[in-house]
Amino acid sequence: MNKTFFQWLPLFAFVVLGMSACDKTETIDGLGDVVIEMDNRAGDDELVFGTKYVTANGDTIQFSTFNYFVSNFVLVNEDGSEYTVPKEDCYFLCKHEDADSRELTLRNVPAGNYKSVKFTIGVDSLKSVSPAAERTGVLDPTGGAAGMYWSWNAGYIFVKVEGTSPQAPIDVNTNERTLQYHTGLFGGKDSPTLNNLKKVTINTTSETAHVRKSHEAPVFHLYVDVLEMFTSPTNINVALNPTSHAGPYSATVANNYADMFTLDHVHNHD
Amino acid sequence: MNKFLIFSLLVVWFAACNKEDKGNENIVVFLPSNFPKPVYNLELNPVTEAGFKLGKQLFYDPILSRDSTIACADCHISFSAFSHPDHATSHGIDGLFGKRNAPAVQNLLWQTAFFWDGGVPDMDLISINPIQNPLEMDESPARVVWKLNRNPLYQKLFKAAFPGKDSIDGPQMMQAFSQFMAMLVSANSRYDKHVRNEQGGDLNASEIAGLQLFKEKCSTCHATDLFTDGVYRNNGILSEFTNDKGRFEVSSLPDDIGKFKTPSLRNVAVTQPYMHNGKFKTLESVLEHYATGVKDSPTLDPALKQHGVLGIPLSQDEQSNLIAFLKTLTDETFIRDERFQQN
Repeated sequence: MNKTFFQWLPLFAFVVLGMSACDKTETIDGLGDVVIEMDNRAGDDELVFGTKYVTANGDTIQFSTFNYFVSNFVLVNEDGSEYTVPKEDCYFLCKHEDADSRELTLRNVPAGNYKSVKFTIGVDSLKSVSPAAERTGVLDPTGGAAGMYWSWNAGYIFVKVEGTSPQAPIDVNTNERTLQYHTGLFGGKDSPTLNNLKKVTINTTSETAHVRKSHEAPVFHLYVDVLEMFTSPTNINVALNPTSHAGPYSATVANNYADMFTLDHVHNHD
Repeated sequence: MNKFLIFSLLVVWFAACNKEDKGNENIVVFLPSNFPKPVYNLELNPVTEAGFKLGKQLFYDPILSRDSTIACADCHISFSAFSHPDHATSHGIDGLFGKRNAPAVQNLLWQTAFFWDGGVPDMDLISINPIQNPLEMDESPARVVWKLNRNPLYQKLFKAAFPGKDSIDGPQMMQAFSQFMAMLVSANSRYDKHVRNEQGGDLNASEIAGLQLFKEKCSTCHATDLFTDGVYRNNGILSEFTNDKGRFEVSSLPDDIGKFKTPSLRNVAVTQPYMHNGKFKTLESVLEHYATGVKDSPTLDPALKQHGVLGIPLSQDEQSNLIAFLKTLTDETFIRDERFQQN
């Protein structure tokens, strides 16, 4: 460094400061949060447990459980680059009756304009076979994941839907016309099993999500339509298939729920 | 000299003071030289004196079951290599019977999957399966954790095994089970001593002949010194699988109907009855099955139907030599090891 540089430095700094003050185009740097809001629906309506809804097949259902795991979030910047949420923060269990569990916060996302969000329905195979020490929070089969884990076919229940329907046969155990769809199976570790993990891509249409260090987190407001699990590509007839657990029919259920997540809107706070 | 004495005294004094922490020292797990590398990662969950003690306490404690009547050890008995001798299936809660023959609990460190259908892919996750099974212990793992947290004995044992934690959590419980089960290594049978050229490893002529036959006719599936390849196979004990479809129940893949994991043959002479449904009471009836009783079905293992012929040809002499050999796989030190028995 020569002396001239230091002599000019205050002036230089002053000019730079002045320029940035006048500049209207903001600098996008630092980190911010992104919120994914899971808004559970039944067709055109908000999902309310106990309310009657009619499926594409014409069956009437009153729901009592709607839980699902979502994981492995990736945000796609408008320039095409991708930000992958770190493994330790990318597993979420959403329960209908717990609104907080349906508002997911992805923290420390690089500032930018994001046009898409990608995620997996379920818990990926690596996490599904991980040792006990790595199973904390919602992944703890004796804690957060209780009721969402099969101990005999070790793995998480990705999507759990329960309810009743007058079209369903009477369950000999409960003496009620119950529906039970517990879908899991991650593909197996050393020997293959059915794989019901589904990847979802949500693209924004008009407005990207603006992540800024100084603004409140943008929200991807998603609709999660439980009735979609009963149709497209296959209409489920609850009289014939009132239950599905680990079994070949679970593939039909999973293909149906693959498209139950859609974008309602992006909400920016700038 | 004096300085040395003082130093020694100090060491002794420190050691005495340190007694409290002693339980947390690592224990060396027996990794036999004739076995491959373990599948389970012991570095993630090293076996400690206190962890082993806790795991053992849990293994023998009916607190795990809904009504505190059933312990792991009820169906996994030490003197039969932690299987349930003379029970095709075992009694669970409320006098109900389990679905399958209780498997031996040994050499789990080397297994890639557990239970007859391989439904559990990691040793840590074994314990919560029988706990939750409605025919076995019928209890929620979360409630077990809750019960343990209220129990002064377990509060103490957990604190020793997992220092620095305020309460007991499920993953710790699973790790403690793993520490106990990791220690259940059986590799000191006469056969092991024979292959490792150790004292006490002499085999007689019939046993040697059996060993040769075994290598030729059985080791495709009962492979390596673990005596299993861990693969799911239909060994022709039924022609139809209507009640229990085996691996299919886990995988939902039609090719898996009627397939069960090849069991290890270690301690096979003391783990009767045999097969997933406990169909055969003696080794003689098992060999008779392979020689003349194999039943055909779409998923029958090709090794049991070579050139269109069902089964494995075995003369009476060959069968008795094989049985003589199989008896050399009994590991008396393992099944009598007091460390593994109830205090």
